[in-house]
Amino acid sequence: MPVLTHLEAIRQGLWEEMERDPSVFLIGEDIAAYGGAFKVTQGLLEKFGADRVIDAPISESAIVGAAVGAALMGMRPVVEMQFMDFIACGFDQIVNMAAKIHYRWGPAVPMVIRGPSGAGVHGGPYHSQSNEMWFVHTPGLKVVVPATAYDAKGLIKAAIRDENPVIFYEHKFLYRRIKDETPEEDYVVPIGKARIAREGTDISVITYGAMVWTALEAAQELEKERISLEVIDLRSLLPYDEEAVLESVRKCNKVMLLHEDTRIGGFAGELAAVIAEKAFEDLDGPVVRITAPDTPVPFSPPLEEYFLPNARKVAEAARRLAVY
Amino acid sequence: MGTNVIMPQMGESIAEGTVTKWLKKVGDKVERDEPLFEISTDKVDAEIPSPAAGILTRILVSENQTVEVNAVVAEIDGEGSALGAAIAAPQPARPSPAVSADVSPPAAGGVEPDAPSPASSALAEQKIRSSPLVRRLAKENDVNLAKVRGTGLGGRISKQDILGHIAERSAGTPPAASPPVPTAPAPKVFTGATEVVPMTPMRKQIAEHMTLSRRTSAHVTTVFEVEMTRVYDTRAQQAAEFERRNGLKLTFTPFFVRAVVEAIKQYPIFNASVDGDNVVYKRDMNVGIAVALDSGLIVPVVKRADEKNFLGVARAVTDLAERARAKRLSFDEVQGGTFTITNPGVFGSLFGTPIINQPQVAILGVGVIEKRAVVRGDAIAIRPMAYLALSFDHRVIDGAVADQFMVKVKAVLENWTEPVL
Repeated sequence: MPVLTHLEAIRQGLWEEMERDPSVFLIGEDIAAYGGAFKVTQGLLEKFGADRVIDAPISESAIVGAAVGAALMGMRPVVEMQFMDFIACGFDQIVNMAAKIHYRWGPAVPMVIRGPSGAGVHGGPYHSQSNEMWFVHTPGLKVVVPATAYDAKGLIKAAIRDENPVIFYEHKFLYRRIKDETPEEDYVVPIGKARIAREGTDISVITYGAMVWTALEAAQELEKERISLEVIDLRSLLPYDEEAVLESVRKCNKVMLLHEDTRIGGFAGELAAVIAEKAFEDLDGPVVRITAPDTPVPFSPPLEEYFLPNARKVAEAARRLAVY
Repeated sequence: MGTNVIMPQMGESIAEGTVTKWLKKVGDKVERDEPLFEISTDKVDAEIPSPAAGILTRILVSENQTVEVNAVVAEIDGEGSALGAAIAAPQPARPSPAVSADVSPPAAGGVEPDAPSPASSALAEQKIRSSPLVRRLAKENDVNLAKVRGTGLGGRISKQDILGHIAERSAGTPPAASPPVPTAPAPKVFTGATEVVPMTPMRKQIAEHMTLSRRTSAHVTTVFEVEMTRVYDTRAQQAAEFERRNGLKLTFTPFFVRAVVEAIKQYPIFNASVDGDNVVYKRDMNVGIAVALDSGLIVPVVKRADEKNFLGVARAVTDLAERARAKRLSFDEVQGGTFTITNPGVFGSLFGTPIINQPQVAILGVGVIEKRAVVRGDAIAIRPMAYLALSFDHRVIDGAVADQFMVKVKAVLENWTEPVL
């Protein structure tokens, strides 16, 4: 099985879907001739031509609006945001058009908005955000955050085939750091299904995106101390796999909720509420959140390091929870 | 004598506490157990009762000052310094003596579900730190959390603790205490139709004493039924800690002694004797505790039980019972009793009609403490119950007074509030 980077896996997913379905096309800033700011779409212009790999002007509102229109006309647009931070400029088209059209008028809006998010590369406050919760709080959208290359490919393919608008978060820190075996044959990873990234017995760590790797690193470290972490990779946030979350909580009875996003209104808060509602009597300790603090992502590298959750912070929290 | 008021230890892991508020000023009169000051620790905020009655003479720690556990925070001049002293200087743990001729533990049958706590113990249960999961497992498996040792933070009972407890239990720990069966005497081999055996000196003395008493006093016995929930729960929840701190098993006897002392304070006639045409009231409350021996019965006396706090009574009772069985009581220790408590319940008796220990005028018999179906409101509830039978000398005590005395004993036991630790 070929070993692909996270980024290559996404590119391959796009490629395969474009080959499979002529209604799929790409639109975004510098995605065609330049191959995208991170080179995700490199080579696609040459293969599929300028009609299906479209360089757009710098107007996220126009790009998303065009994609919504195209989707209504039976196309399957895949929009690239150069950075997910810039998605705010297309916000109205996403939350008031793409998300609501089906509910208001009936037609499907099969489109994907994908792009790099997340910190850890000294990108500063405008190129590092984890803003997935803006869309998790918007009924009518789907929100997907893969961690592995395998899932990135399987989920981008599932997103393109989905009849709903899907916001697809790619973590830029993972693009070239994460490699794994990714099959050549056609497969999809269903949206809304979590994955057990590591089985454990003492504490369930529920996370997604780049933090899956952070959790796994902490789990490996804690193994020596005989603290067994189970790591649940949510893969999708909207919808998310509530059953998998509760099952893991019921198994380990202690839970830590980990994300790179800031704390207030983060996905951990939602999970904590659901766990309290549905698994209260399975808890053997407080529900613990490990998140970034409530500030913009700092530009200064030491501050950014302080801001981000890491394996050491996860391990420390786990040690405290383990003896609780 | 002055009493030091100390910063109490509110939980094992607590090293210090902050005085948040003084409820009394220097010069104020304070009653024992009256709220004296408020503290705040890492774990709890609490109102601390005065260890003694007297005048608050000095406040050594001002409000919002933090001091170590056991630091002296104030001084009280006056009586009854025992509690403060006991807390300030915990006794070193001693090997726990094997006490059994004591008020019997409640008889439970079969494979022990840990006695589920009745609802009224909710308050006390809050002191057991656990988690929602642990409480659910406790309910599902009929586990009394008071019996589970917590190894989590601050003694919290964790999942592992309760699962371990359940596993241990199902692995077949010995069944719960059933009434001890007296050693059956070896079957007698007869050579003729009868055999004559002279009484031992002790037997002779008991025989004389009992018939003398029946001849002397006008025996009447009144029986009260007492709900033991609070005592039962207090004991269940504090036994381990009590033993850890004091090296003593926490038995039921000291609870009864304390209750009797309180009742005698109200009705001193029960601490009297008859001398010709006079009634002799006695200042000291010397409570005798009947201890069954293989060869008979002996009644060592807890001297001045009214001046002892709970721990003092418990220690005296344990020590006397232990030495009674080892036949190491001194003469003085079986003399001078002014009231006696006996315990037919130890072998399962519901209640007896005890004979007064002369020259006393009353004796309290404690029946078996066991869970019974009782009516509470219009519902049938399960409660640990005991029958208390008081035999009294009708020459000097009338039925109404005896019943009032018992009402008081019952009230103390049913509304047990005195801290045992």
